Amino acid sequence: MVGAPGGVTAVGELEHLARQARRLIVQSIFTAQAGHLGGPLSAVDLLVALYFAVLKVDTSQPRWPNRDRFVLSKGHSSISLYAVLALRGFFPIAELATFDALDTRLQGHPDMTRLDCLDMSTGSLGQGISAAVGMALGAKLQDSTFHTWVMIGDGEIQEGQVWEAALIAARYHLDNLTVILDANGLQQFGWGHGSDLERRPPAEHASAAFRAFGWEVLDVDGHNMAAILDAYRQALTIRGHPTLINAHTVKGKGVSFMEHSFNWHAKVPTQHDVERALQELQDPV
Amino acid sequence: MPQQVVAMREAFGTTLVELAKEYQNLVVLDGDLANSTRVDIFANAVPERFLEMGIAEQNMVGVAAGLATVGFIPWVSTFAVFLAKRAIDQVRVVVAQPHLNVKLAGGYSGLLTGKTGKTHQSIADISVFRAMPGMTVIAPADSMECRQAMVAATAYDGPVYLRITRDLSPLIFDDAYQFVLGKAVPLRQGADLAIIATGVQTVRALQAADLLAAEGIQAYVLHVPTIKPLDEDAVLETAARCGRVLTTEDHTIVGGLGGAVAELLSEKLPTRVHRHGLRDTFGECGSNDELLERYAMTPAHIAAAARTLLSR
Repeated sequence: MVGAPGGVTAVGELEHLARQARRLIVQSIFTAQAGHLGGPLSAVDLLVALYFAVLKVDTSQPRWPNRDRFVLSKGHSSISLYAVLALRGFFPIAELATFDALDTRLQGHPDMTRLDCLDMSTGSLGQGISAAVGMALGAKLQDSTFHTWVMIGDGEIQEGQVWEAALIAARYHLDNLTVILDANGLQQFGWGHGSDLERRPPAEHASAAFRAFGWEVLDVDGHNMAAILDAYRQALTIRGHPTLINAHTVKGKGVSFMEHSFNWHAKVPTQHDVERALQELQDPV
Repeated sequence: MPQQVVAMREAFGTTLVELAKEYQNLVVLDGDLANSTRVDIFANAVPERFLEMGIAEQNMVGVAAGLATVGFIPWVSTFAVFLAKRAIDQVRVVVAQPHLNVKLAGGYSGLLTGKTGKTHQSIADISVFRAMPGMTVIAPADSMECRQAMVAATAYDGPVYLRITRDLSPLIFDDAYQFVLGKAVPLRQGADLAIIATGVQTVRALQAADLLAAEGIQAYVLHVPTIKPLDEDAVLETAARCGRVLTTEDHTIVGGLGGAVAELLSEKLPTRVHRHGLRDTFGECGSNDELLERYAMTPAHIAAAARTLLSR
């Protein structure tokens, strides 16, 4: 059916898909011998829920004009989006092995000129959210019914442009815009010394800040599928204000030795790491 | 030289209104400078398509990119210096790299910015946008050409940077003129040397040619409104015809029109080129006449540069 969500709303099935996506993410980064890991892993539950339960898209018409829009503003987490797009059916899962390769459609940061199911090119932080604001504003001007979603990171909100976008979105009452903040508590290097766990979070008070800018804010556990679905449904009912979903996540979620670690921001796993990770990510019997 | 003087920025504003009638999907974004850049003319005439974006140029460019992806033709208006410098990464990532249909209008370009001084004088925008793959860069000589260039730019599918000036300046084109995107325009015949110019500096180049003619020096004048893509054939033909080339622009001599001409000729037809313009310096406050004098940008200075070129 044109423009239907993936039709998957059962929590168990979404968790299954997320586990599969995690396996694909780890394998793809190993194959490419390059790429980011911590951020893709923190984002994947949010992306699976969005693409399978909520987004009105058509895999046979990736550029269908009234489709819901999604912008991965934290573009370095591209492998996560690619894994979800593949699982959703936009391109073959086998193509994930071409991530970061020469001539690939799956560029290290999303490139809309190479892959037609991407709504914007991103990679320079703070920029995707502005483009999403433009899409939502355009929808208002044309009376289009599509909803625009955009994912930002908590390191990313250190970029001033994010706040420029936040001010404008609220001023234009873009209630057809939802920003998902993948707040995994870390960035690439960050502040702190000693062990990983001493790193200070990139940004605190995000919820209070967005509220102060006139946004509706929903705080959610970014790894609890039921809570994520609830938040998405609620976001779609908000009127008069754009919505921020502050999703509290864990960097590297799903692979025990990658969790809570800034070191795994963009480290290539060894063969041994991959085997350990896949072991942990096996489907329960 | 015709008597009529019109401010290019006013032509810019009124042409946007005209274009809005033909293009229902045309919108204008402003960075809180509408009454300076004159998009306030559009704001008053077509308020439903005027989008105030506040003092946030980087976001404004991103919003324009998003609008372009959902079927609009956005004209983004602010001072040239903020597009070329402050928001340049945004132009690169979400406009140029995906080749989106966004039109960037840089107002208050060049030295003459109503005494706002060095932070507001955009003297390297041509260099910056020339080095941007996929960008089209246009610097019209007068209000008539500005209007026609905007018509062409809006009809063209892809990113465009248009360089606009603030103050009253002479009209050199009339209704008979036909601007063609990518084509240079010979404006004066002569064989002793060629003066290749762009933007409002072309007007001063013509005035310089008159001064030279009084001394028996006949200068060929080639106006280059589209700096990128450069009309290479016209530049090569001009160099072959005249043997010596003086470029002049209200812009740094580093990487702008002068750079483009020098790059081309050194590779394809080595010719003695003298680049006239701002000599790798920032600007400052002063009256228009004072600035043109201090920075050696008057017709008399262009003529002096021509004589120097000829003496080598």
